[in-house]
Amino acid sequence: MKKNIIKINGVKKSYKNVKVLKGVDLQVEQGGIFALLGSNGAGKTTMIKIMATLIKSDEGSVVINGFDIEKNPGDIRSSISLTGQFAAIDEILTGRENLQMIAKLRHLKNPNQVADELIKRFGMSEAADRRVGTYSGGMKRRIDIAMSLVGKPKIIFLDEPTTGLDPEARLEVWKIIKELSAAGTTVFLTTQYLEEAEQLADKIAILHGRKIIAQGTLGDLKKLFPPAKVEYVEKQPTLEEIFLAIIGKKEEN
Amino acid sequence: MESTNKYFFKDMSVMFGRSMRHIFRSMDTIITVCITPIAMMLLFVYVFGGAIETGTENYVNYLLPGIMLMAIGSGIAYVAYRLFIDKERGIFERFHSMPIARSTVLWGHVLTSLISNGISVVVIIIVALLLGFRSSAGILEWLTVFGIIGIFTLALTWIAVIAGLAAKTPDGAGAFSYPIIFLPFISSAFVPTDTMPSAVRAFAENQPVTPIVEAIRNLLTNQSVGNDIWTALAWCMAITVVAYIFAMRLYKKI
Repeated sequence: MKKNIIKINGVKKSYKNVKVLKGVDLQVEQGGIFALLGSNGAGKTTMIKIMATLIKSDEGSVVINGFDIEKNPGDIRSSISLTGQFAAIDEILTGRENLQMIAKLRHLKNPNQVADELIKRFGMSEAADRRVGTYSGGMKRRIDIAMSLVGKPKIIFLDEPTTGLDPEARLEVWKIIKELSAAGTTVFLTTQYLEEAEQLADKIAILHGRKIIAQGTLGDLKKLFPPAKVEYVEKQPTLEEIFLAIIGKKEEN
Repeated sequence: MESTNKYFFKDMSVMFGRSMRHIFRSMDTIITVCITPIAMMLLFVYVFGGAIETGTENYVNYLLPGIMLMAIGSGIAYVAYRLFIDKERGIFERFHSMPIARSTVLWGHVLTSLISNGISVVVIIIVALLLGFRSSAGILEWLTVFGIIGIFTLALTWIAVIAGLAAKTPDGAGAFSYPIIFLPFISSAFVPTDTMPSAVRAFAENQPVTPIVEAIRNLLTNQSVGNDIWTALAWCMAITVVAYIFAMRLYKKI
């Protein structure tokens, strides 16, 4: 069995009198993609912010990459990176400058080279020297994720990485996430799209009513559901499929 | 939460470099900051100036200190705005989840404020020279003038940090600067306080702008500064300390 790189036990958090999390337990295996599924306002972002050392939990323990969040938040910050819900990029700087800035802040020896490599890997050579303010939503998300990869952190937190993206950009983000995981990075993402969790995640946890109500592989979760009944239904293309077919997709190649 | 202090200067230079790029890529902010005070200077020198009795031969000399303070008052609105944008866009969160010296995230903005306001002040001095400003001050006096202006900028910058962190909208972030820009009018910046009604005069003579303006004016004309300089410094230091405490309290909450 794989080692658990994130271990969370009994995490509670309230803001004033509002209980946001009341006893969250999570185990995330190293490598692989973990999806935290929940509707809007379920507390997904709060959970991510606690793990990314931005806010403190009221109770419970968080151990990431072997470091306790109370004792060694600095070591945790060196092991992780956070891509928040809204692209956190400097819009006045160019894409290249954003990457260089993060590489310098991660105290890497060759920030310019690291930036160049990521630009190449993300196919952004043309846009790299334009100001990020001129980028499309999908491109902003791409550079945002690229910034999270600077310094090769072991764990990447992605808070609703595809919310607000068009279908094309969403597929592209999915592809990046799969590649990351294939390269051995642990990806922890939150999403409100069931399809996204189904497509990407090795393990899924469902956050509902301020607690984790189910956790496991897609197979495990399917077992919680009454057995499937075979029915024949005519398959209609979804609007998304039509859209993607019309604009002629590069997904194939 | 603790910070990684061993990288303080390295991180600080990255933060400062970033925010100076913002300044140089939006020169319009420096122009906007300078244009109103320069327009005021023209208005007062060529329109009202002839009718104002200040007891000095050269009204530009009298006016310049107040105009510089006004420029700084509008300059810090942009500091608040830039902080607000960083907070709203999640840039603070990104930085805070990284292994950096956290305090540099704020200090980068503060240092940038000092430098960019310094640039504005220099632009205004150049325009004043064109309008006939002349000073008999020596190097030491000039250094003292820049010292006072620096501490004044620092004090207002920490107020701007509070405004930027507490604001809910971009407009709200800069709104606090209007009363500050207005303060020189009810001081000895444009006219001597002698002719003001007693209540207004009492306010004018006891608010921070008057001793700062008087100290700078006397330094530039090479006259004795008396107690004004100490009153000026005391005001600036007190505002800096109080604003800093509140700013840090707000910063820890975000």
